[in-house]
Amino acid sequence: MDDLIRQWSERIRLAAARGQALCLRGGGTKHFYGRPEQGEPLDTRDCRGIINYEPSELVVTVRAGTPLRELEAELAAQGQMLAFEPPHFGSGATVGGCVAAGLAGPRRAAVGGVRDFILGVRMVDGRGEVLRFGGEVMKNVAGYDVSRVLAGSLGTLGLIVDVSLKVLPKPVAEASLRFEMGEAAALHQLNVWGGQPLPISASAWCGGILDVRLSGAAAAVDAAIARLGGERIADELAAARWSGLREHSDAFFAPGHSPSPLWRLSLPSDALAVELDGAQLVEWGGAQRWLRSHLAPERLRAQVAALGGHATLFRDGARDGAVFHPLTPSMLALQRNLKNAFDPAGIFNPGRLYEGI
Amino acid sequence: MGEQSAIPGFGRTEEDFSRVDVHRLVQALLGVLPAASVLHDPEDLHPYECDGMAALRQLPLVVVLPETEAQVVAILRICADQGVPVVARGAGTGLSGGAQPHRFGVVLSLARLNRIIAIDAHARRAVVQPGVRNLAISEAAAPHGLYYAPDPSSQIACTIGGNVAENSGGVHCLKYGLTIHNLLKVRGVTINGEIVEFGSLGLDAPGYDLLPLVTGSEGMLAVVTEVTVKLTPRPQLARCVLAAFDDVVKAGDAVARIIAAGIIPAGLEMMDQPATAAVEEFVHAGYPLEAQAILLCESDGTPEEVAEEVGRVRALLEQSGATEIRVSRDEAERLRFWAGRKAAFPAAGRISPDYYCMDGTIPRKRLGEMLQAIQVMETKYAMRCINVFHAGDGNLHPLILFDANKPGDQHTAEAFGAEILELSVALGGTITGEHGVGIEKINQMCSQFSTPEIAAFHRVKAAFDPAGLLNPGKAIPTLNRCAEYGRERMGAGQPVAHPELPRF
Repeated sequence: MDDLIRQWSERIRLAAARGQALCLRGGGTKHFYGRPEQGEPLDTRDCRGIINYEPSELVVTVRAGTPLRELEAELAAQGQMLAFEPPHFGSGATVGGCVAAGLAGPRRAAVGGVRDFILGVRMVDGRGEVLRFGGEVMKNVAGYDVSRVLAGSLGTLGLIVDVSLKVLPKPVAEASLRFEMGEAAALHQLNVWGGQPLPISASAWCGGILDVRLSGAAAAVDAAIARLGGERIADELAAARWSGLREHSDAFFAPGHSPSPLWRLSLPSDALAVELDGAQLVEWGGAQRWLRSHLAPERLRAQVAALGGHATLFRDGARDGAVFHPLTPSMLALQRNLKNAFDPAGIFNPGRLYEGI
Repeated sequence: MGEQSAIPGFGRTEEDFSRVDVHRLVQALLGVLPAASVLHDPEDLHPYECDGMAALRQLPLVVVLPETEAQVVAILRICADQGVPVVARGAGTGLSGGAQPHRFGVVLSLARLNRIIAIDAHARRAVVQPGVRNLAISEAAAPHGLYYAPDPSSQIACTIGGNVAENSGGVHCLKYGLTIHNLLKVRGVTINGEIVEFGSLGLDAPGYDLLPLVTGSEGMLAVVTEVTVKLTPRPQLARCVLAAFDDVVKAGDAVARIIAAGIIPAGLEMMDQPATAAVEEFVHAGYPLEAQAILLCESDGTPEEVAEEVGRVRALLEQSGATEIRVSRDEAERLRFWAGRKAAFPAAGRISPDYYCMDGTIPRKRLGEMLQAIQVMETKYAMRCINVFHAGDGNLHPLILFDANKPGDQHTAEAFGAEILELSVALGGTITGEHGVGIEKINQMCSQFSTPEIAAFHRVKAAFDPAGLLNPGKAIPTLNRCAEYGRERMGAGQPVAHPELPRF
């Protein structure tokens, strides 16, 4: 594997010298996400395999090109999981792509996102240097926490070689409940429950139906079922429901014949219902809302920003404009500086996140 | 110099700032702050000469005490304009010298930015100024059944701004996370006076996620002026299990068994026999004195959940060979179990004139090796060391006992500590789990990171602060320093890194 990393390093050095853009990619399952890909493909999938996994340390170190399903199967065999439930969006999803995309699934609001579980990385920067940040321990404040910044950086800062992730035990018990209520009532109820010591691990509201998943010790789940009421969803149906939300195989996400763009709105959980034309689905206790809408991006973004949030054009829209919410000038300057610090020649996935980044 | 000169911060020394004109600086500061907020008489400066790392003392030129964010902006603009180093300071409880003043610089105390701006119970968040004490947030949230989860041992005194700067931990990190996991948004001011917000009131922000970069950056990237934290519902019940072992390795195995069984306890702490003896004498917690190690394992949640977890933990402790197991019967007893652990540092201070607290983190499975190595070092340096350990997350706090009045003792304690930190790195861990690098562990950074990695840190710093004015000389060593320390390392996984670089 050292030979491969050396080859990559050499290739990156050459590309930087020539100003040749490189398109870092794994299985390509999230190629739709972000602004268009450009550059010569650099496929990470030859760099695969678990380097170190000790269930009792709650840490796994895995190479970037490892299929995500392989990693999850290894963890499941030990009764553990990636708690942030990353979406695969296809059978070829890799661990490196999961980190670079920074996307989390239904459990996000309960346990944290991708960056919260990253403990360390090894990466190649735009100078071809192999760098290691963080490590394999839970608590580590030596040096700036660069490894967590890679979550969601879409490969624009460097080539991830391997990553150490915190893993968690799978919950002993799980149950899902269904309630009938309108959007405003659901948002209010989710925030009220959020302030109580309840084992809620996922939530989804769509079309007058609120589904809630409980995970934890059997006693805690039983007590919560008794307290919350609602209608118990059969286990197989519930599993399909949460997986459909995680993988966007749910009917809500089906593109149809002439799909409207799919927007991902990130909002304070207590933000009121978003009054915009189009179908909506609420997740993460109110903090993530999906919207299918033809509205002009500027108008949509202005309204979301007024509620304290930001909007991402997730799929099925024009990708060459602003896919991610525009940044303030001072924040944009910091982000450009950071990009230049790691990739001075601007060769890694240029423009995928923002123009010039 | 070649490539070296392109790396900001390289070769910077304290003397580079020796031309700061203190009169001109004070005049400019008095133009934006009331006279009572600008201290420059040496006697007024003395309270700021060190932080919790009292062995390192240095008077700054000036201390400023802004009361508003606008004043912070004005101060930073003046310092940027005049090329003056700025050291931000909260309560000064840090243990690594991160808030040690710069000889030619300003100490920017955030103590007067101490308002709780809002507690929003419905949304479970609090908006506070950086000078608000950690515990004050939980006290303000308590009427709503909420609290701020991270609880560093200094929580009655330390400020949230300092917690952000250090990414502070505490005894409940394994289940509830570090500071970074409990933040929504940090508002800060860059050295050029720009106000920037990191994170958002939602669960993410567009673009690069800079919140983890700023958190734990030891005041080197921006000055924090407002923090929005997550509030957590207070568990209905907590119970603590105390277990005694006749062997530290068995206690370590018990920790691994608990985690492997899928239990994430609210707290999981270990103390060795000398530490137990030291605290028992001090607080009379009723600890078994003959035990080689004791474990404290806390469960929290609903009464049903706690009963289930305590039952499982007890069985696992028995299987691991615990010689005695006690479960707290009420809140008073739970607090008594914890009183000993929380008194470890003061107890060390009671049995020894001075102590030096280390903060390495290691993979849990290497604990036995580490403790054995520390025993060998006690002989080598002829100095005692007592060990307390955040066993759940591998963070070890050996307390080296010494007497600073004895010639050479301070130096020996530092050498002892440095050897522990280097062993932490060698065992696959880190030199600091929660106390920060500051000035204290700056040499050991050269052991943990390669030359290209340290260069990358300098570039990150320069992305925020190109002139290197925010807390210069802390956290990230210059390569000159690493060369002098004799620990310059080549790149990770690379046979030859930067052959064109000159060697120091």
